[in-house]
Amino acid sequence: MSEVYIAILIIWVFLFVYAIAGSIDFGAGFWAMFYQTSKETQASQIANRYLSPSWEVTNVFLVLLVIALVGFFPGAAFYLGTLMILPVSLVLILLAIRSAFMVYSFTVKKYTRTLTVISGLTGLLIPALMVSILPVSIGGFIASSGERHFILFNEVLTSPAVYTHIGFGLATELFLSALLLSDYAREAGNEEVYGIYRKNAIVLGPVTLLFAVSALLTLIPEAPWMVETMMDIWYLFALSLAAAVIGYSTLWWKSDKTNLGRPRIGVLLIILQFGLASFGYGLSHMPYILYPDLTVYEAFTDPVMFRWLLYGYGGGLAILIPAFIVFWRLFMKDKRYLQINQEEK
Amino acid sequence: MDQVLLTRTLFGSSMAFHIIFATLGVGVTLMILFAEIMRWIRKDDDYGIMAKRWTKGFAILLGVAIPSGTIVGVMLSLLWPGFMEIVGKVIAVPFQIEIFAFFLEAVFMSIYIYAADRLSNVMRVISVALVAFGASSSAYLINIAHSWMNTPRGFQLTDGQVTDVDPWAAVMNPSMQYTSKHVLATAYMTGAFVLVSIAAYKLLRKTNSDHERAYHKKGLMLTLVVALIASLYTATNGHDTAKMLHNEMPLKLAAAEGLFETQANAPLAIMGIPDPETGTIIGGIEIPGMLSWLATGTTEGVVQGLNDFPREEWPPLFVHTLFNIMVGIGFSLIGIAGIAIAWSVLFRGRDFPAWLLLILVTTGPLSMLAIEMGWIFSCTGRQPWTIYGIQSTTDAATQSGNIGTLFILFMALYVMLLVLTGLVLKYYFSKNPLHEDLTKMKVQVLD
Ligand code: HDD
Ligand code: HEM
Ligand code: HEM
Repeated sequence: MSEVYIAILIIWVFLFVYAIAGSIDFGAGFWAMFYQTSKETQASQIANRYLSPSWEVTNVFLVLLVIALVGFFPGAAFYLGTLMILPVSLVLILLAIRSAFMVYSFTVKKYTRTLTVISGLTGLLIPALMVSILPVSIGGFIASSGERHFILFNEVLTSPAVYTHIGFGLATELFLSALLLSDYAREAGNEEVYGIYRKNAIVLGPVTLLFAVSALLTLIPEAPWMVETMMDIWYLFALSLAAAVIGYSTLWWKSDKTNLGRPRIGVLLIILQFGLASFGYGLSHMPYILYPDLTVYEAFTDPVMFRWLLYGYGGGLAILIPAFIVFWRLFMKDKRYLQINQEEK
Repeated sequence: MDQVLLTRTLFGSSMAFHIIFATLGVGVTLMILFAEIMRWIRKDDDYGIMAKRWTKGFAILLGVAIPSGTIVGVMLSLLWPGFMEIVGKVIAVPFQIEIFAFFLEAVFMSIYIYAADRLSNVMRVISVALVAFGASSSAYLINIAHSWMNTPRGFQLTDGQVTDVDPWAAVMNPSMQYTSKHVLATAYMTGAFVLVSIAAYKLLRKTNSDHERAYHKKGLMLTLVVALIASLYTATNGHDTAKMLHNEMPLKLAAAEGLFETQANAPLAIMGIPDPETGTIIGGIEIPGMLSWLATGTTEGVVQGLNDFPREEWPPLFVHTLFNIMVGIGFSLIGIAGIAIAWSVLFRGRDFPAWLLLILVTTGPLSMLAIEMGWIFSCTGRQPWTIYGIQSTTDAATQSGNIGTLFILFMALYVMLLVLTGLVLKYYFSKNPLHEDLTKMKVQVLD
């Protein structure tokens, strides 16, 4: 494998991890808001139990993605930075409001409701906005005059692909987080909350699939150049569909608990599905970062720097993996943390 | 305002906003670690409460610290795409390792906050030590990148193409060790002084119970000692940094000091306004020979002046004032902390007089002001270059429009977050007053 391909593979892995972790994070924020007024259930508390220790770590993955892009593909940082300044700035502003208001809402009990609504809603918009950047990178929306390139916002706003992508972003966020929270609730031994998130996942699964397919279909007329590779690697998409269907069916598998379903296997299969589909999408996108102006080869970093970055990631991961294991044990496994006292309700 | 100036203002304000929270992130985590250690050594639960309350304050700040850092990190690519293209090829390594420092900090911060009751004493100290280590390393690493902008090494730029990349040489650039240490020392100093301010403010109240007063005095002494040590180190290391400027960026030093003529026996100008038309400093005090002595070690040493350099390469001369404010605050704070500690050593046990407490209240805001002045000095003093001598700020800046709109949006965001964060802190600590924590502790001891 050439160096360029190793680098783009690493970027893809980071993008994939952040897409999952970010979706779950923002989605959990939304569910915490959605259930906060309902007296009968602890669904909101379970979501916050997940969010409190994890949102910072999730945010670092976003920074990791940006920094990795600058390091491995400085040319892409140049191009994307210039082009995407408006949408990305908007994401940044929403992100700041979301994080700050979430922390405020944990702190100021008197206004918790309002503050949670603000952080829940801003969080909901972020993945949708991020995903809507994808179709812009496939061409047709960028014009240039001389050296300057800019996005044709009018074309973007009238393109169906953008809206199907936004819908896809929203649906994925809500589906993934509902599925994960159902698993989290089961881990906490809270079958009642498990039932609630299971139901949400059941409703949202097909919606997500529908949006995924329509996003793909609206994309094709905008990006005929991607279709050929997509046809070549049809098996990846087929496998992904299979993983989705089996993953969805786990919600009805038999378990030794009161409710049906094996959410842990479901989460793993859906992540697999997501990985296969986004890998297929990424492959079809090659070798372009921005069609037709910028390829991965042109954007690639200096080869010496590339090697240094690889050593850096190797060393960093060696330190971090143990830290993540401790983290997982303390917050995702430890019953003392997961269970919610009655008085907290 | 022209496009590039607007871009510079937007970025500078965003950094000025981030640095408030970032500095506290570095300084306050160190103080939390010290409080945990004191609790362990002295077996005194007051320090445990102190660590807990500082941590709560810090956790609230984190809600803004983290997104503000994310904003500036991404903004670098948005506003300075030409700069980041070179960064990616030459000095990406510190940025990348910094991410791991962030992970370390975030993971152990969560563990320290949300799992404290499930950790042993040793594990608790280890996790807060890793938080402090993560925060300090991230500050150190980002400043490697910053020092490289001032004294770039490790590559050649020919016809706009980066060649001969040597990442290690870029990291080990000549100003790196001076400024990175200076930044750490000033962050520790600022974190400590901000907590000094709070303790002194609380001691000024007449209604404290004995236990509350004892608690605040312990806090004040702990923070004062750290603040004094850090500010002494800041001054000596700042002096080394100025000598580094003399060797590596003589133009910046000349602008900082308002020195026009190259000369031996150069005077040190304190305050005053440099006037480029007459080539003199209007107002202010001049100490003959002092600048030569500070920069070279002898009054005979020659210091280069502004007139040695083409006028269009001069940075704006107001950096002289920024530099003076930073250094002035540095020396004043050493004095204040020194007097306060001397007082408590000489008059063992006697309360601090109100006038001294009032002065101590100002130390936190003053050191934060010095941080802001120092940074604006350092970044503006590099103008018109972004990468000193290699890439001009105009070449680094983005070509895209709409900066004006973004500027308004981001300023509104920062003002809102500053006000709300202040209110949230105030709300939290008035709802959870110290005496409640202290009584809860008594109950636990009785159990
Ligand atoms: C509490 C804050 C504070 C205090 C009291 C001081 N400094 Fe400072 N100084 C900073 C905070 C700071 C800073 C904000 O951290 C800077 C900005 C860039 C940097 O590397 O550190 C800085 C930069 C900076 C530079 C420029 C480095 C560059 O541009 O490359 C010099 C020469 C000094 N300092 C020297 C001093 C001296 C002689 C001081 C005397 C006591 C002093 N500083 C006190
Ligand atoms: C001198 C200046 C700086 C210092 C001392 C500093 C320090 C810090 C610290 C301690 C944090 C963690 C937040 C906290 O725990 O309080 C932080 C966050 C952050 N900083 Fe800065 N920083 C500086 C400048 C910058 C610059 C120039 C960038 C841009 C490249 C940057 C990027 C970030 C990012 C991306 C985060 C958020 C990381 C996360 O998601 O956790 N910082 N900074
Ligand atoms: C954290 C405190 C900092 C503050 C308050 C600050 C302030 C500023 C200001 C005011 C400017 C505009 C300068 C001018 O045009 O006159 C600027 C520019 C800039 N700074 Fe800093 N800065 C800080 C730290 C950093 C760090 C740590 C880095 C690098 C890693 C950095 C990188 C830059 C860049 C790339 C520019 C734009 C290009 C230029 O104007 O040269 N800054 N900063």
